[in-house]
Amino acid sequence: MFVARSIAADHKDLIHDVSYDFHGRRMATCSSDQSVKVWDKSENGEWHCTASWKTHSGSVWRVTWAHPEFGQVLASCSFDRTAAVWEEIVGESNDKQRGLSHWIKRTTLVDSRTSVTDVKFAPKHMGLMLTTCSADGVVRIYEAPDVMNLSQWSLQHEISCKLSCSCISWNPSSSRAHPPMFAVGSDDSNVTYGGKVQIYEYNENTRKYGKAETLMTVTDAVHDIAFAPNLGRSFHVLAIATKDVRIFKLVPMRKESTSTGPTKFEVQTVAQFDNHNSQVWRVSWNITSTLLASSGDDGCVRLWKANYMDNWKCTGILKGDGSPLTGSSGQPTAMSTVVGSSVQTSQNALNGMSAGRIGKRAPFAPPLRQLTSPKIYQHPAYY
Amino acid sequence: MYNLPKITSDLDGKHMGFAWGPGDILVYETLHKASGASGSGSSFIHEVRKDEDIYSPILRKLFNESHHIFVGLQTIREDLPSKSRKPQFVSISKNYRSVIRACMEELQQVAVSTKDGEASVCCLFQVSILLAIELIWNLCEVLFIDAAPAGSLLLHLLDWVRLHKADVDEKAREVLQSDSPAEHRDYWDVVVSYVLQGRLDEARQMLMKQATLQPAARNMYKLMDTLGTQTLTEFDVKWRHWHEEVDRCLQDNSFASNKHLEIICKLLLGDEDILLDHKELLGTWYHFLVTRLLFCHPTVKPAELHYYAQSCMTMFLDSRSVPEPLDSILLAAFEFDIHQVIKDCSIALNNWWFVAHLTDLLDHCKLLQSHNLHFGSNLREFLLLEYASGLFTHHSLWQLAVDYFDHCPEFGRVYLELQIERVPLDTERKALKVLRICEQRQMSEQVRSICKIMAMRALRNNRLGSALSWSIRAKDAAFATLISERFLQDYCTRGTFSDLDLIDNLGPAMLLSDRLTFLGKYREFHKLYEEKRFTEAAKLLLSLMTAKIAPRSFWMTLLTDALPLLEQKEVIFSADQTYELMYCLGELTSSLNSEATGTDRPMQVRISTYSLNPAQITVCKIKAF
Repeated sequence: MFVARSIAADHKDLIHDVSYDFHGRRMATCSSDQSVKVWDKSENGEWHCTASWKTHSGSVWRVTWAHPEFGQVLASCSFDRTAAVWEEIVGESNDKQRGLSHWIKRTTLVDSRTSVTDVKFAPKHMGLMLTTCSADGVVRIYEAPDVMNLSQWSLQHEISCKLSCSCISWNPSSSRAHPPMFAVGSDDSNVTYGGKVQIYEYNENTRKYGKAETLMTVTDAVHDIAFAPNLGRSFHVLAIATKDVRIFKLVPMRKESTSTGPTKFEVQTVAQFDNHNSQVWRVSWNITSTLLASSGDDGCVRLWKANYMDNWKCTGILKGDGSPLTGSSGQPTAMSTVVGSSVQTSQNALNGMSAGRIGKRAPFAPPLRQLTSPKIYQHPAYY
Repeated sequence: MYNLPKITSDLDGKHMGFAWGPGDILVYETLHKASGASGSGSSFIHEVRKDEDIYSPILRKLFNESHHIFVGLQTIREDLPSKSRKPQFVSISKNYRSVIRACMEELQQVAVSTKDGEASVCCLFQVSILLAIELIWNLCEVLFIDAAPAGSLLLHLLDWVRLHKADVDEKAREVLQSDSPAEHRDYWDVVVSYVLQGRLDEARQMLMKQATLQPAARNMYKLMDTLGTQTLTEFDVKWRHWHEEVDRCLQDNSFASNKHLEIICKLLLGDEDILLDHKELLGTWYHFLVTRLLFCHPTVKPAELHYYAQSCMTMFLDSRSVPEPLDSILLAAFEFDIHQVIKDCSIALNNWWFVAHLTDLLDHCKLLQSHNLHFGSNLREFLLLEYASGLFTHHSLWQLAVDYFDHCPEFGRVYLELQIERVPLDTERKALKVLRICEQRQMSEQVRSICKIMAMRALRNNRLGSALSWSIRAKDAAFATLISERFLQDYCTRGTFSDLDLIDNLGPAMLLSDRLTFLGKYREFHKLYEEKRFTEAAKLLLSLMTAKIAPRSFWMTLLTDALPLLEQKEVIFSADQTYELMYCLGELTSSLNSEATGTDRPMQVRISTYSLNPAQITVCKIKAF
């Protein structure tokens, strides 16, 4: 692993979220400086900031893209108790030449009484739906019935989770066998209040979301939560960032034909990692759910992979060098990537490869020694 | 009620945030759960990538050509008896290896010719990796695919060693080209090296330079001649006989006069200590192994290999050095532990290319027992999925990945679905390429989604024609309706249609939505009018209202369009048609409020006047009959 490039984000305060768009060609960043920036990746791989504007009157916690089927749409949520929806307006041609674009606010969602901690779009097969969760413990689901008119959103569901909410994640599965489902995490630190992860499922009959499951074994504050892409499996996989990294498997149990309640699940703990040795703040899956990344209080990002036999292991660690954030003229803090799949350093590479019949040969010397094992951390390209 | 978040005052605990991207992770410094009172800005976002192999232009050939071989392999007929399939598999294995070699040579050339020191180092590094890969692959071919039995096994192993120790030839060339080869300082090294590699003919040739000088050499010469090129079937007997004779020569001091020849004699007898004295010439423990087998146990059976391999490795490597990954891999191969070989290779190498292709080939040879797992029904699929997923992040190699997914029966399809919809649709051409792939595989949801994305993009940029054509392809009736409305609105404001080509050639696609049908028919009306086919135009216009194809909101426009037809000198609308027109107008006025229909009354009057025109009535009368 290596750092391909470093982008000077130019926010005037901490960045709280970075979000790639669906195709990975644009990204949005949001910050405590109350603004959101949108970046576009050019053909040569360079990132250019094409928009930067004030979005809220408090720290912006999260920013997220809608599916491109709905156009270029962003949602943000903030400490200022609101969430907002933004749409990019195709500008004048001279704007385009200067590489700028404009985003306008389509709506502000003001229902929350407290800081809105997460905002996520529901899977696209459900239409254009936005979900927020707040420190007041309420999850709100909004829908824009006319995708061509993003100023009209109606609050479809208001779900009280009783505990202060910090994160939500939708199950991305569009299978007919799985009704819409999302998970909510609570960062309430009182362990006596029971399970900090709740799973809600949509009920066709009541047309409401009902609680299907509470993960009682998660008793510490939850900071992030993520359903894995489904891959056509019958069961669901959920990753949780709490005092450690946890991966759960939720296996739907067979429903009786008369049952009208939510699905019952068998909950299995697939993995639990305390390598961060501290609070884990973020978890996120890659597209094919083969890799999970987590970041924690120890200042590291760790990558987790299941091998061929479905055993999970840490397959890489990214570590900042721990030096304090510098001011506006600062150099990028160095990234030491301590990942040990094949060693990228050149020192071991060249001892005497008899180059065979290939033109000029390397000096005749001791045996092949290129494939040295990872030096420090045994975290290989995990098989 | 405000809940003030805790403000962390210590900045020592710096956190990292991240976001997954296509082929990379974005990592940035942050502090979770801080209210931002730190006031520190200007943090950097780092793009972290896993490996650069797919970006190397030379390795790209490796990926392209091996893809070709892979696809060919998948289509080998399964019903042929294994006897005829084995040569095919061996041939395929050799093809893969020649692709690796070609790549190595090219990299080597670049390394040598470039002035960029860093690039040179990088290329040489790649070369060394490929050399190792080819070494392992070759051994796997010999042991697993070709599965040589005792006898030919050794011959294959000798070939294997010779291929990877070709520096001898260069040295030999140097020696032979010198003024007096026999005096060259490398002379004996060359002779010994030839002997170690079992290239006795060539050793003899070299010795001929000595033969005139030393009588003892002539004896050695004779011995080597005897061994010569026997077939291995007779070999065992002959070999023992020969071995005894060599021993006798040694015992009776035939070569005592020449230290070098004595050494060679001992080598021919497989003397371990003397062999180990020549570590430098051997270079590797596996060379030592093969040479030792050649001179001690030439009829070694495959199953016996690992005993010798282990002991040779131990003897060769001094007690201080730890076996390197390559050593363990080769050892596992000698032990015929295919799974261990694959596992160790996966661990040691960054890119999945090697293990994926080799495992696939071995699977076709039916050498892998299937282990069931939910991640692909077997190891082969797991590795292919990993490899292909890695390709998908590359802007052009992703197309190769498609074929790999096609041949992963359990999860290939869903992996493809997930990844192909993320391919950036930079241009129409690329979008069409992606679409074709999805359509060929009946991935209807992906087709719909891609078309919708393109339609939306076109609509945002006001390219209505493109938007419409994508909506039609997506079979998205709602969107088609929306765009048709825009076309019609455009017409109302500007008086002309854009994208006439498209609308004129809608064909059966017109039926996707009512509004689209109307748009198409309305344009048809205009065409008829332009072509002065007024009667047909009139009929069509009327039918648009009476058959309720036209939206009510458009009737005013249609009725206005009818006016020039009514004003023509010849009678176009029949009496019946005129009455129908009036009826439509009536319907329209009754559904609109009075303010919006200020112009109605004059129109109504005009129509009445026309119908009362005696000339027209006369004509109509005639028409009626």
